[in-house]
Amino acid sequence: MNLAGLKISEASKLLDERKISSTDLVKAVFERINKVEPKVKAYLKILEESALASAKKSDERRERDKSLSKIDGIPLSIKDLLCIQNVETTAASNILKGFVPSYNSTVVKRLQDAGAVIVGKTNLDAFAHGSSTENSDFGATHNPWDLSRVPGGSSGGSAASVAADECLGSIGTDTGGSIRQPASLCGVVGLKPTYGRVSRYGVIAMASSLDVVGPIAKTTEDAALLLEVIAGRDPLDATTLDAPVPKYSQNLDKNLKGLKIGVPREYFAAGVDKDVEEIVQQAIKKLKNLGAEAVEISLPHTDYALATYYIIQPAEVSSNLSRYDGIKYGFSTLADNKNQTLEEVYFSSRGQGFGDEAKRRIMLGTHVLSAGYYDAYYRRALKLRTLVKEDFEKAFKKVDIIITPVSPTPAFKIGEKSDDPLKMYLSDIYTVPVNPAGVSAISTPGGFVKRKNKDLPVGVQIIGPVLGEQIILQVSHQLEKAINLNQKPKL
Amino acid sequence: MLSRDDVLAVARLARLKLGEKQIEKFGQQLNGVFDLFKKIDQIKLEEVGETSQVTGLKNVLREDKVVSFKSKKLLDNVPDRKENLIIVPRVITEKE
Repeated sequence: MNLAGLKISEASKLLDERKISSTDLVKAVFERINKVEPKVKAYLKILEESALASAKKSDERRERDKSLSKIDGIPLSIKDLLCIQNVETTAASNILKGFVPSYNSTVVKRLQDAGAVIVGKTNLDAFAHGSSTENSDFGATHNPWDLSRVPGGSSGGSAASVAADECLGSIGTDTGGSIRQPASLCGVVGLKPTYGRVSRYGVIAMASSLDVVGPIAKTTEDAALLLEVIAGRDPLDATTLDAPVPKYSQNLDKNLKGLKIGVPREYFAAGVDKDVEEIVQQAIKKLKNLGAEAVEISLPHTDYALATYYIIQPAEVSSNLSRYDGIKYGFSTLADNKNQTLEEVYFSSRGQGFGDEAKRRIMLGTHVLSAGYYDAYYRRALKLRTLVKEDFEKAFKKVDIIITPVSPTPAFKIGEKSDDPLKMYLSDIYTVPVNPAGVSAISTPGGFVKRKNKDLPVGVQIIGPVLGEQIILQVSHQLEKAINLNQKPKL
Repeated sequence: MLSRDDVLAVARLARLKLGEKQIEKFGQQLNGVFDLFKKIDQIKLEEVGETSQVTGLKNVLREDKVVSFKSKKLLDNVPDRKENLIIVPRVITEKE
């Protein structure tokens, strides 16, 4: 049996039936990593020793009928933006190279408390700034479906590790599409929960009013299994919502008869690749066959959402990244040259420690917040955010879910957009509006398009209201069954 | 349009030391992004309220409990220190 290729739900059952052990499973994953990682480069750090130790403990618990949860003994990868106690956490940036957190992020703690085995930390665009994982200071990750292409980003390492069977599931973060877009480009499921549904404690901050942590998995059911472990209020993150966490995975088989699907006309305007659009239309058709009803809707401020996002997000980035000063932790020029003034240490440590994209965003954010520009940019963006949010609120009075493309194109070539930040930002157009609105959304594999003789996966975005995780998981699950894709990348 | 002086002024505010090539490159790239922002001038916003967060939560408090940290682990991340003290260049200098 190919254990590394198992879904979480399948492995969990086999573990329960004592047909496999967690140690078998984790060893199989490391064998797979050894085989394909030189090509995919999904990981920044492999944690073989501690993973095998956790697997052994999980097996011992199971032996005593004391398993902690359905994911006890399941090998997972974690985006290197989440702190793991005593494990180097870099955000894929040089400025945090060598940083060892003295505490766990809440999400990692919850996974460990449920018995999950963490096999490694995955690559990302440094500080989660990007849509291709090319902005990593430690090298790009490659798309398992076509190694000359990007896996998407910023959680590109997480999505690639799941698609390549280098783990059974992963945790990513999403500020403007960083879970959904790489999930789409790698042919896996990626869920961006409602803002506040999952704790951000111990997650290196990008844009605090937009950042959300969520699962990337092989199936909707697996994503649901992970979400029910990590979701819920956390006293250490004051923005978490005090709403009960349903057993998402046990309530996926919903009859879709009468479900109202909104199809926003602004998302199907010029700009979306014809083949990508066809896959989304096919998905809508499949849901209609299951009894759902599709209606055209309008999200009238969609056109402004990207500009709004690219003002608010860098503003928050510039503030969050001001903590990297070369004094308290992280990269510093002080060690090499002690004859600097305090200000020189700030300027040179930040100048050398941050990559180009972080610098661009810090500068954009500093500019839109600076005296004389605050009203013209930042304040206007906050007002536009209200309109973008209201668009969704009004739409969800008429429909249950909204279906759109995830990304205008399938995976693009490595290097194709890396010198043109604006072009890269424009590829986020369908995922970005969800974050300022704070609503929930999932990317589900919808099909494949052929490019240069390679099959490239394309996802479909299902957007739900605030705390609409259950409904989007249900629709995603039904769609997955109706489309029934069983392809795996050939590596 | 951001001029070279604007780029330098922003870099100064952001405490970033830029190389000569970066000043030029970032100037061009940032101007491209500011073109995208022009769109937001087209819409009337006088009557619209601001949204800085979406949860609606207010004054979320928790018990003020001391959680002890092993300070050694924290201090191990400090670039330059002497025992438990962080070394910082002197801030007050003599008047030139």
